[in-house]
Amino acid sequence: MCLGNPGRILDPRDDRGLPVGTVDFGGVRREVCLAYVDEQVQPGDYVVVHVGFAISKVDEEEARRTFAILKEMSQLEELDWIGEVADRSLDEMERPLS
Amino acid sequence: MRYLSEYRDPALAKALLARIRSVATRRWVLMEVCGGQTHTIVKQGLDELLAGAVEMVHGPGCPVCVTPLEQIDKAHRLALRDDVIFTSFGDMLRVPGSECDLLAVKARGGTVRVVYSPLDAVELAIANPTRQVVFFAVGFETTAPANAMAVWRAKQLGVKNFSLLVSHVTVPPAMRAILDAPDNRVQGFLAAGHVCSVMGWTEYEPIAARYGVPIVVTGFEPVDLLEGIWMAIRQLEEGRAAVENQYVRSVSREGTRPAQRQIEQVFELTDRKWRGVGEIPRSGLALRPEFADFDAELRFGLESLAVDEPAECRAGEVLRGTLKPQQCPAFGARCTPEHPLGAPMVSAEGACAAYYNFRRHAEGADVAS
Repeated sequence: MCLGNPGRILDPRDDRGLPVGTVDFGGVRREVCLAYVDEQVQPGDYVVVHVGFAISKVDEEEARRTFAILKEMSQLEELDWIGEVADRSLDEMERPLS
Repeated sequence: MRYLSEYRDPALAKALLARIRSVATRRWVLMEVCGGQTHTIVKQGLDELLAGAVEMVHGPGCPVCVTPLEQIDKAHRLALRDDVIFTSFGDMLRVPGSECDLLAVKARGGTVRVVYSPLDAVELAIANPTRQVVFFAVGFETTAPANAMAVWRAKQLGVKNFSLLVSHVTVPPAMRAILDAPDNRVQGFLAAGHVCSVMGWTEYEPIAARYGVPIVVTGFEPVDLLEGIWMAIRQLEEGRAAVENQYVRSVSREGTRPAQRQIEQVFELTDRKWRGVGEIPRSGLALRPEFADFDAELRFGLESLAVDEPAECRAGEVLRGTLKPQQCPAFGARCTPEHPLGAPMVSAEGACAAYYNFRRHAEGADVAS
């Protein structure tokens, strides 16, 4: 029950005084309560959903930024990796890397 | 899907693994609190890839696992009543009580319905005015806002035939209990990303300071977990003990205020027993007196039920991180997902089930056959 998923808000609306909306999870659509995020979300925004409730808005800019940093690190790491492996003595090479 | 696939990139995972290995000068012991994180770590074999640099100890963050036995037994009593429709998240159905599980109760004629959202249970109550609808309100701070809203909604709409069987717990007191234990080995924590999406991380700052442990708010994908581990190891190597946030795309320091306000309106702190662990002071949530009308234990007179845990199940040690599932003599033999002795073997977030499903052919093969 604790496993939350990011999904995209399609149509925020009101259900007897409660903000709700359909959220698309990569093709699977669910009715979700938006009461806790309604002041900060619009159609098209991504939210993290737990047991039918959006508990936070996914910060798209932050998601992109984190990913870009990681990507860059991975490329740098590839260079370090090659250098490291070339310099390494044989017994150190036996240590499993991945 | 956006914001999922990027964080499962094998090249990034490989780079982070190399970085963790190059930073770690000794073998550090980290605990991931959340059972969802345990599942990913064991399924992807991240702990095995990190062997030598980091030991991952699995924490108590599985709501299914820590719901005390007497609350499960109370659920069974309620579900067997003719006037009750008992509603629950699906993952509670196979949790063993003293005698059986909710599926068996259903087979014996009890009315048990699985709901996706607790608001569905409120709608079920509206649609069935002659029956009592009880919802099994379990979980951590991730489900608390939803369950609080269900009560608030029932009150707002004047739904009288709805109530909650409450067994809510919160993360920070469990972390303190783990750190206070004389046999504690945990040197740093990965805090559960989604609990922090709701609550923020201010509650963890005094824990990091008092106990001198790094705490990194961490997401759930393999790359998130590896980055969280890397951040924690870097702190340990530098001799720092701060709260840091890996899961920036979903978590802010303050958390989701409207959700916190709703929890505070409906629930208050209470002492709570954790299955296999025992009572932890002020570690649970109970309905406030203003919402006592929605308390199923009061409505159906269930308060005074006390039962003992089965002696053979060592789930408490697994949940505190002092025993690995495959070290339990019952693992894979007397205890399997089909015939579980304890909740961690049936839950999707339980450490025993994760080891049984993904590990028994490797290291636990002798006991699992």
